[in-house]
Amino acid sequence: MAILALVETWEGAFKKTSYETVSYGKQIGQENGTEVTALTFGSNDPSMLSNYGADTIINVSNIDVEKASNQVLAQISSDLIKEKNIETIIISNTNFGKSIAPLIAQMLNSGLLSNAIDYPESYSPLTVKCKAFSGKAHATYQSSNQKNIITILPSSIGEIQEKKGRGELIQIESATDHINNKIKIKSRHKSMEKIPLPEAEIVISAGRGLKSSDNWGMIEELAELLGAATACSKPVSDMGWRPHSEHVGQTGIAINPKLYIAIGISGAIQHLAGVSGSKNIVVINTDPEAPFFKAANYGIIGDAFNVVPQLIEAVKKHNN
Amino acid sequence: MNILVCVSSVPDTTSKINFINNNQDFDKNGITFIINPYDEFCLTKAIFIKESTGATITVLNVGESANDAILRKALAIGADKAVRINQNPINSKIVAECISNYCIENKFNLIFFGRESIDYNGGQVPGLVAAQLNIPFVNGCIGLELKDECIEVKREIDSGHEICECSLPAIIAGQKGLVEEKDLRIPSMRGIMTARTKPLETIETTSTENENIKVVAYSKPSERSECKMISEDNVEELITLLSNEAKVI
Repeated sequence: MAILALVETWEGAFKKTSYETVSYGKQIGQENGTEVTALTFGSNDPSMLSNYGADTIINVSNIDVEKASNQVLAQISSDLIKEKNIETIIISNTNFGKSIAPLIAQMLNSGLLSNAIDYPESYSPLTVKCKAFSGKAHATYQSSNQKNIITILPSSIGEIQEKKGRGELIQIESATDHINNKIKIKSRHKSMEKIPLPEAEIVISAGRGLKSSDNWGMIEELAELLGAATACSKPVSDMGWRPHSEHVGQTGIAINPKLYIAIGISGAIQHLAGVSGSKNIVVINTDPEAPFFKAANYGIIGDAFNVVPQLIEAVKKHNN
Repeated sequence: MNILVCVSSVPDTTSKINFINNNQDFDKNGITFIINPYDEFCLTKAIFIKESTGATITVLNVGESANDAILRKALAIGADKAVRINQNPINSKIVAECISNYCIENKFNLIFFGRESIDYNGGQVPGLVAAQLNIPFVNGCIGLELKDECIEVKREIDSGHEICECSLPAIIAGQKGLVEEKDLRIPSMRGIMTARTKPLETIETTSTENENIKVVAYSKPSERSECKMISEDNVEELITLLSNEAKVI
């Protein structure tokens, strides 16, 4: 059961989810006594992946990920997968992964199991537990296909750093002129947030309890002090107080940080669905009956305008 | 312009999710089914295109007869024609094959899907259909403009957004941003009346049931331990707990 981890780069560098993908592949490899190949595009430092368990690293050096469409990347990947007789492919289910995984699955005529939250329970047939109902439940899928792609729910399993890997690095160039590409990427725009939400280990989120978009200064300050990403509830994004890209919940972004602090959010079932993967939840709300307290690890009944400034001072003290 | 909007029937966002038959089946008892929210953004965008430049909108569902209710709603909102492919949607592959076959027989310029359905969250069907039809696939679409012979789309990427140009026909997997929440339409009485005269066709499928991938069990996330309450006059204690007990800061 040869394994390949398809690894994403951003401006030539790897992300946490890139390492998570390789670690996941390594774990399966160890259980099955097979090696792991990592495939990446336009990486500045591909050998880094051997520290996470890659036995072989293939870097397609002539591809600029910023300009290559999903059609091009999927075609190159599936050609390589066929050539190397790979049977199990691991991809992180980021926006990047979501754009190419189903294309590769069709090109290989393989199974596709999306949003795995754990390592496979068995390998013949392949059985994996995945997120379902937007975080309200899990579904265990079984595939009787020979070839399968598993996509991992980002940050749900975590990366495992090995001591010092000695993976073999192979630099290749891939021809692209035979690919019938119909998507032209004209420009890319980086968002202002310092930490992308799906990768953040700590997320500070606020809701209608903040009363106006003008009051987000203290949320940003707290996030900055904790090295956290900022998020918001659906009503806040619908009213335009904060950008859509910050909306966490059932129809927004689903997150699984180590710590989620919800300020002035009551915890409607739709919001809980998107954040239930968080390892620790802190809820700050004026309403002692807010349903969010039932889903939290720590709670403070109180007004955000009183509690958050105190929290900022306490974190400053802690950081010193 | 011929537009296809593929819609899923999913449990209402406020639904509590439970399972029956020894956790083998989803308990539909007492559940209200709605148009998948991501699909509704796409349907509304299709209606905007129809209103500005003229277009025919077909809505398509793969599923059982209970799903006719959401198709009727889509017609009431503004679609011109509805089609249901009568097939048990066991997995994404079966659904994708049904849709691809329909698209080979009926030509569309733009094929919309929601980014994912809020029940199984796979987000697989749009990409599978694109690869089966060998046409471009733009995922996470948050803006779309018609140009001569092509479209310009804005799509969400992991650390921002990207602007692409794409030839037609194309598969668009959309989400909020394509239109805003306030743009979503509630069917008017007139819309509901006219929907009754619009065609809702059922197609029997000939595709074989591919059960290579199936759900074998459902489960629910484990419950959290009791919430520890901290006084609002003692906020420092929270930081101590997060540092010493939870070990997250």
